[in-house]
Amino acid sequence: MKHALQKTWQWFEHRLEIGKTVWPLIRHPVPRELRQRVGWLYVFGSTAMTLFALQIVTGICLGMVYVPSAGEAYQSLQHLNYEVEFGWMLRAVHNWSANGMVVLVVVHMAQVFLMGAYKYPRELTWMLGVVLLLLTLGMAFTGQVLRWDANSYWGVGVGAAMAGRVPVIGPDLVQLMLGGAVPGGGTLSRFFALHVFVIPGVLFITLGIHLYLVARKGISEPPEVDKPVDPETYSEAYEQKLATGDPFFPGAFRRDAVFIGLTLLVIIGLAVTLGPSGPGVPPDPTLIDVAPLPDWYFLPLFAILALSPPALETVIILLAPVIVLLVLFLLPVFDRKGQRSPRRRPVAVLIVIVLFVAYGVLWQLGVQEPWSPHMTAWSGEPVPVRMIDDLSPRALQGAAVLQAKTCRNCHALDGKGGQRGPDLTNVATRLTHDALVRQVIQGGGNMPAYGKELTRYEVDVLVSFLETLKPDGNAAARTSVVTDRRN
Amino acid sequence: MEHSEAHMNREPEDDARDIGDSCSSSTDRRSLLRWCAWPILAMGSVAASLPILGFLIGPLLQKRPDRWVDFGPVDNFPENATRLVDLLNPLRGPTDGMTGKMAAYVRRLEGDAFQVLSTHCTHLGCPVSWFQESGLFMCPCHGGVYSEDGERASGPPPRGLYAFEHRVRKGHLHVRLGHLPTLQNPGRSVDV
Repeated sequence: MKHALQKTWQWFEHRLEIGKTVWPLIRHPVPRELRQRVGWLYVFGSTAMTLFALQIVTGICLGMVYVPSAGEAYQSLQHLNYEVEFGWMLRAVHNWSANGMVVLVVVHMAQVFLMGAYKYPRELTWMLGVVLLLLTLGMAFTGQVLRWDANSYWGVGVGAAMAGRVPVIGPDLVQLMLGGAVPGGGTLSRFFALHVFVIPGVLFITLGIHLYLVARKGISEPPEVDKPVDPETYSEAYEQKLATGDPFFPGAFRRDAVFIGLTLLVIIGLAVTLGPSGPGVPPDPTLIDVAPLPDWYFLPLFAILALSPPALETVIILLAPVIVLLVLFLLPVFDRKGQRSPRRRPVAVLIVIVLFVAYGVLWQLGVQEPWSPHMTAWSGEPVPVRMIDDLSPRALQGAAVLQAKTCRNCHALDGKGGQRGPDLTNVATRLTHDALVRQVIQGGGNMPAYGKELTRYEVDVLVSFLETLKPDGNAAARTSVVTDRRN
Repeated sequence: MEHSEAHMNREPEDDARDIGDSCSSSTDRRSLLRWCAWPILAMGSVAASLPILGFLIGPLLQKRPDRWVDFGPVDNFPENATRLVDLLNPLRGPTDGMTGKMAAYVRRLEGDAFQVLSTHCTHLGCPVSWFQESGLFMCPCHGGVYSEDGERASGPPPRGLYAFEHRVRKGHLHVRLGHLPTLQNPGRSVDV
């Protein structure tokens, strides 16, 4: 039996010649220093690649049921969620693996950046990595469009509106992106082809070259303080280092195996407990009262679009991504030698910290959306009882006007209501009677003018109510003009 | 050894000449092949790629103009009020399903004076909600606000709401629409 197996193996090996090609590749030496704890920082790339493989497999499975037709995508997803055996599970794994892949790709990039592994001779590896990052984000965006719910439909409209701002060719770009004049069947089919064929194909090829370079140029040794990269001498020194290296498989690979296994367990755990994402509200353009949101990793971009000064907005939307990508891409051109250790590269460390903090802050803002009116606050958030307890009839009328005219959509009382404008709980300590009248009638800042929407009577009673909004015992706001009669 | 070296140093032209000496039509065929090989391959490749490229940019070659849609009798719209109208997009495709629907705000002033406004915010296209009580359109995405006549009131939008061309014929309101309005392609509008 054993002899038969051996002969079979020999038959294949004689033809495949794995021993001459694949085996030396996976046995390539890695620097001995990776045996230390720092070696654990090297696992993120392979894990991201594993998740990509998982996406391909789960994607193929989903592709057997999902219908990429604007008229039927939503129903096919509901079918997957509720009627197909393990359909919800596959959708959940595909979603959480996507989230995981985005996170890991970014972590991998940050690790390579902080360890200076993008320097000579691995500049091209980094550049291809930037392309891979872009492709990963492209998969994320096209993937969420395929969900084809209200978020996807309006999200694609937002993307088209941004593309439409490109000078000269804007309208043509919109037509190309939408596959027609308006988001619809053509759009979904286009995004399906991109998500399933085009981007994965390009990703596969780019990943192949990236891995080829990793194998050819070798795994970078952990950076050491005051051992800068010198292109003249690096290659020789590295070859010497590899002479005492360990073969990647099975030794160094064990850490990758652990992290990959744990990541897969976490993904499955998240999939089982938190389930798939949507589909949410159906993609019906007549459902006007939806609040579209992108998937979580794009929320900082969402916040930037809300907070950009209007005069700069088109420049920010169109130029900033190009500049960011160029800077990332050309990093190893400008910084190809010198210190690799983060201890000697404070600017690099600072950049990473600032970027992560900025991302986190913008993400938090994207979650809270303080700029958005709360569309149901005017009818859903009553005026706090304590504020109307002992009001005059005029002020009570004013409170009614405040609610009826949807002021609460933008203004909170006792923290409840919109956050677009200031909380009015203590407004009487800030604005005098005349200032309140002016603000209501003329607007100002982010507030529209209400002069045409309110009668003179309504303005009077509204301001009577607003004047009561101060803590007991506090004085009302006063002007500095001595002749103010209301002193 | 000499023979093989000499053999290795031969150029293809040498072979052609040798064979040609014995039969001249072979030389013609071989040089014809040398001349034609790349151009023929190139022609075939171009022929194959042109329809593919044409297909990919198809939406640019196949632009369909907006169409007139009947919104119904003008009496359906009370004066000095704004209504949301649901309709089917005249440019919808056969597979669009519910995505082929469309909405528009119709504001009737006095008599036959109308304004027909798009539901797409001019900032980045999210759907705006109309509040009769305060006479404002509000956008949920980035906080754009428009007044009753569509003028920009507050927030990031760079201009007022997109308006559609419309006319009243035989007591019916007709509106011309279809494409997704964007800043550089808002469509034809009529000022009140």
